[in-house]
Amino acid sequence: MFSSFMLNTWIAGTAVAVIAGVTGFFAVLRGATFAAHAIPNGAFAGAAGATLLGLNPFVGLAVFSVAGALGIAGLSRRARSDVATALTFVMMLGVGALFVSWSTQYAQEAYSLLFGEVFGVSADQVRPIVVLGAVSVAAIVVMFRPLLLSSALPEVAEARGVPPRRMELAFLLVMALATSMTVPVVGALLMFSLMIGPAAAARSLTARPGLAMTLSVVIALVTVWIAIAAAYQSNWPLGFFVGVIGAAFFLAGKAWSALTDQARSKRGANRKILSS
Amino acid sequence: MFRYIVEPGFFGSGPVHIALAVGAVIAVTSAVVGVFTVTRGQSFAGHSLADIATTGGSGAFLVGLNQFWGYLAFGAGAAAFMEMIGIQRRRGRDVATGVVLGAALGLAALFLYLGTQYSSTTGASFTILFGSIFVITSSTVPALIVSALLALGTVLVLARVLLLTSLSPDLAAARGVPVRAVGAAFLMALAISVALSAVIIGAVLSTALLIGPAATALRVAKGPVRAAAVAAGIGVAATWLGTLLAYDSYYWPPHGRGWPVSFFVVTLVTGGYLISYLRPGGKPAETPAEPEHACSVALC
Repeated sequence: MFSSFMLNTWIAGTAVAVIAGVTGFFAVLRGATFAAHAIPNGAFAGAAGATLLGLNPFVGLAVFSVAGALGIAGLSRRARSDVATALTFVMMLGVGALFVSWSTQYAQEAYSLLFGEVFGVSADQVRPIVVLGAVSVAAIVVMFRPLLLSSALPEVAEARGVPPRRMELAFLLVMALATSMTVPVVGALLMFSLMIGPAAAARSLTARPGLAMTLSVVIALVTVWIAIAAAYQSNWPLGFFVGVIGAAFFLAGKAWSALTDQARSKRGANRKILSS
Repeated sequence: MFRYIVEPGFFGSGPVHIALAVGAVIAVTSAVVGVFTVTRGQSFAGHSLADIATTGGSGAFLVGLNQFWGYLAFGAGAAAFMEMIGIQRRRGRDVATGVVLGAALGLAALFLYLGTQYSSTTGASFTILFGSIFVITSSTVPALIVSALLALGTVLVLARVLLLTSLSPDLAAARGVPVRAVGAAFLMALAISVALSAVIIGAVLSTALLIGPAATALRVAKGPVRAAAVAAGIGVAATWLGTLLAYDSYYWPPHGRGWPVSFFVVTLVTGGYLISYLRPGGKPAETPAEPEHACSVALC
């Protein structure tokens, strides 16, 4: 499991988990769950198109994810954002369906782009993930305070000179680039599970933003590591384990916060009885 | 001229007849349900139900059933589950939806993997994800029509109450409308409707038929009744034209194998929306946008 053949997988998986934990935290906070789902999924079309033209899939992924982020942000100006996201997304996927049908080895190609191909990851695939991942995590850390303010209290942020539209676009672009690079490894459909499950679990464990983001990264790391080990042992797809473990963490977080809420309210009730 | 637009044999082909008839019924259902979905801000829920239907489709493929039953079973199950975990609180509902969706997609990956393990047909995953209107078997047609009528009937019967609960849940509750039950019934109709469009343009893309015509209609038409009628028209037109173009495309480059129907339908639907969006003097967002960051899937 830890042979040199698997080394790239572990590196890529770790980088992916850090990216997912950091960007997922803000995606959950901003209610951008749908966009988080749509962009890496739609970018799959770019990879299919680039493969068709004989280009590096990363080129296609980058072009399509940036186009997706711009499309969502642009259409949201004059329409509801969920409608804008849905339409941008289906358009990208429709083009993807066309590209996949043109390609001669279509089914296998589509399957691995959608669901990931985590074993036999090459060094060429790891490098862009690590580099772009580092850049996007750095960008999020730099933007941390204004981004947090505009996510939690958009009006206050605007009054303080943080333009919400530009913040939205910046966040979408960072998320788009960071998540799309991971598509060839984790797959378009499953990057999303890794972003939402751990971040949502972290949010139900603590209300402090810095701690929640760290926790979200830690949970994402644990999820990915368990998933890689399990997928290696069982030969089942990695995405299955990521999806199920992510959901399990979310449910555990929910149960934990329900328990502590109950304990807290009971304590509060006791105190009230004592004081009266 | 006509011969160049419509390939000879288009109207004589059996699969095409089925495709056009079933496609129209499904397009109308999706469009009408879609008007309420957009008004209620439930695009993400609609899309998630469609994606979860993928899991059902691949599961049905694994055990050898018709994919439609898989779409329907998983869509309805997911609707019930989402109702259970998310209806009481507005915040966190889209996160709950997202987690259910993530787990379901993981399961879909497993089913498809096992499916390709046990049989050598690799094209199945493509059909499940992107649909195929020409391979509807005539034995499933009655089931498709009945389900479509069921979804359409539910929404039409509940239309007034649905609008009231969408626009002002408090007022509806004050008037004695069972808001939660109405929401649950609508979510079921939504699940059936996306399962149906999954058959023709694929689970991942059924969102296009649901949201596209409805969003366009809400921009150009006044009032919900007219919007539903316009949406139904756009949906049927896009489905028929898409089917025709897909049939024609068997003679197009690069392979002479035919382009996917879903590509044409999605392009037509999105194109229609863009025209209405860029139209000078077009109305801004139809419904008052609720705080977007708070809930993008608000079951308001």
